[in-house]
Amino acid sequence: MRLKVNGERYETGRSTIAELLDELGILPERVAVEVNLKVIKRADFAHYALHEGDAVEVVNFVGGG
Amino acid sequence: MEDTLVIKGIEFRSRLWVGTGKYKDFNETARAIEASGADMVTVAVRRVNIIDRKSENLLDYLDPKKYKILPNTAGCYTVEDALRYSRLAREAGVSDMIKLEVIGDERTLFPDTIGLLKATETLAKEGFIVFPYTNDDPIMAKRLEDAGAAAVMPLGAPIGSGLGIRNPYNIKIILEAAKVPIIVDAGVGTASDAAIAMELGCDAVLINTAIAGAGDPIAMAEAMKHAVLAGRLAYRAGRIGKKLYATASSPFEGML
Repeated sequence: MRLKVNGERYETGRSTIAELLDELGILPERVAVEVNLKVIKRADFAHYALHEGDAVEVVNFVGGG
Repeated sequence: MEDTLVIKGIEFRSRLWVGTGKYKDFNETARAIEASGADMVTVAVRRVNIIDRKSENLLDYLDPKKYKILPNTAGCYTVEDALRYSRLAREAGVSDMIKLEVIGDERTLFPDTIGLLKATETLAKEGFIVFPYTNDDPIMAKRLEDAGAAAVMPLGAPIGSGLGIRNPYNIKIILEAAKVPIIVDAGVGTASDAAIAMELGCDAVLINTAIAGAGDPIAMAEAMKHAVLAGRLAYRAGRIGKKLYATASSPFEGML
């Protein structure tokens, strides 16, 4: 399945947000995820199914003022 | 005497709030924050770098038992973006607090107050604890308060400029009318600027660049801690009035 993850083309065999984060080596507790501009609750990561062409954004906190 | 800042039921140990941007590394960030005594710490929301994954995360250096995390919407120029970042920040974090920025211009980073007001209204209705970053305009401060802002954060001067409190009279007018806490955000350059903001009666001061960009950020963080404490104490003590001519401190009586 082809996705856009953080603006980059990304090919994956995983099917949920939780699996995608796992593949990327990202801890779910530290991030927020948006799919096609909709914020997905962390509790839903495990069963939220991704689809071909989905635009996924994974954000976290960085230094800022 | 007890003098704790409380906003929407959240207690703050310190009236100095600090940013986490522009530090050399996370270790310096952590040491400066520790030295500042602050328990409210701002962060930005950005994409995780999925190609070059760094193992370290800012939050590894900020003990959630010691610090409250205040995400910002820095870099947002539209209401839509500010709302999007706010909603992501709430999901990434553990609280409903948001330091709301809707920037109007790249060069000055002055707020787009029309957009700011709209975004404040929307987020307050969604249950966010909104801290809007605004200019030193008393009318806008009131409008933001009416729109549901938990506190209003007027700038002292442009972000990162270090120009200090450029319009203390406006800050004073804002304070006179305000029913919510007023927190000066941006513009502080050195300790005396922070003290001035607090002497005017501000409830807190938010500082990033003046600490992170100082020659010795850890020492400046400590200086800011003392400045905010001194300014607050002076405000509560009640300063003397300004007079044009001298009044002697020593008595005439008993002079030869």
